[in-house]
Amino acid sequence: MRHRLDIQIGPVAFRIGSAWKEPLDALARLYEPYPAPRDGLSDFTVRLEPEKPWRRFIRPSVAIKGDYVLPDAVPMALAHGLLAAEMGMNLQMALGQKRYLLLHASSAEKDGRAIIMTGESGAGKSTLAALLGERGWRLMGDEFALLDMDSGRLLPFPRAVSLKNGAIRVMEAEVEADRFGPRLEGTPKGDIRHMRPNGEALDRMGEGATPALILFPRFGEAQAIRAVGAAEVFMRLTQASTNYVNLGGRGFDALNRLIAANPALAIDYPDTDTAVGLVEDFWRELAA
Amino acid sequence: MAGPRYVADPEDLVRVVELDGLSALFHEPSGMTHIVAAPAPQILDMLRAAPADAAELLRRLRACYDFEGDEAAESIHARLEELETAGLVRRA
Repeated sequence: MRHRLDIQIGPVAFRIGSAWKEPLDALARLYEPYPAPRDGLSDFTVRLEPEKPWRRFIRPSVAIKGDYVLPDAVPMALAHGLLAAEMGMNLQMALGQKRYLLLHASSAEKDGRAIIMTGESGAGKSTLAALLGERGWRLMGDEFALLDMDSGRLLPFPRAVSLKNGAIRVMEAEVEADRFGPRLEGTPKGDIRHMRPNGEALDRMGEGATPALILFPRFGEAQAIRAVGAAEVFMRLTQASTNYVNLGGRGFDALNRLIAANPALAIDYPDTDTAVGLVEDFWRELAA
Repeated sequence: MAGPRYVADPEDLVRVVELDGLSALFHEPSGMTHIVAAPAPQILDMLRAAPADAAELLRRLRACYDFEGDEAAESIHARLEELETAGLVRRA
């Protein structure tokens, strides 16, 4: 690869290679304070390559490659190379992660205990975690929660938060401008802007937390709160896990320990301030 | 004429976790997870003890559990077929 970047995010080391300079420059700016891999080795490799050799110059489009490849991954416009790199990192994690039970969930920590938030795309889990991360919580991750199957602890994966559409404005009002990447317009997911987690999230990226609450947030509805039974939590979390089926009995046991030890609530909320208020209320009740 | 006899894998090959009314099963030989409702876990327990056909299974179940209505036999046939398709029971 002509251009290369090595970064450590939580317990995972990535090597990102690219045929073009631009996407890696954008990625390097966004991830500037992240450490290099601890032992110099990477867990996953992501490669951004031209779809065909001649297309590095003519209407360049980015194909995402790596240790694990989805045959149907669609090449993206070079202008969206930063998104391609992020999707490549997600893809390698989703397909290749074997050390942790991987939940497609955001997470945030306070007083050593963590809240896990999962839901469908657009449910607001990223925005909610990002907002909590600016309001007295530590952002652990906006996309993947890593459950250590032996200890039951949750490990951080504080990659750059991927903000979409309306969430961009919400976070621009909260966070200093130099933590944002370029605004990517008209991507397959709509408008996207990446936001670097704050210093606390990065300084403590090696520090896990004990799960304390599982939340299923849903944005855009009138406020409602519902306790979720263990069977429904089990089904939702197996669906939210990208590697559950590969982990066999260890994954089954770890998931059931997580469910048995933690209350689970589904919350509908009309705006993010309401959701943050609800989370703070639950947290006070849990502590009481 | 007696129907096919079924058997279930021993307890150490199937992990069971109760989840408020349903049961999550992890079937070690296939690596698959199943979520089942009663009477599936009870059927698996009975077939673990010894193979049985549907009629014998129903007799064993009736000895331990109450069954309402006359459709128990039909229902047991249907559950056995489902459990066989899922790989949780097999022909003895």
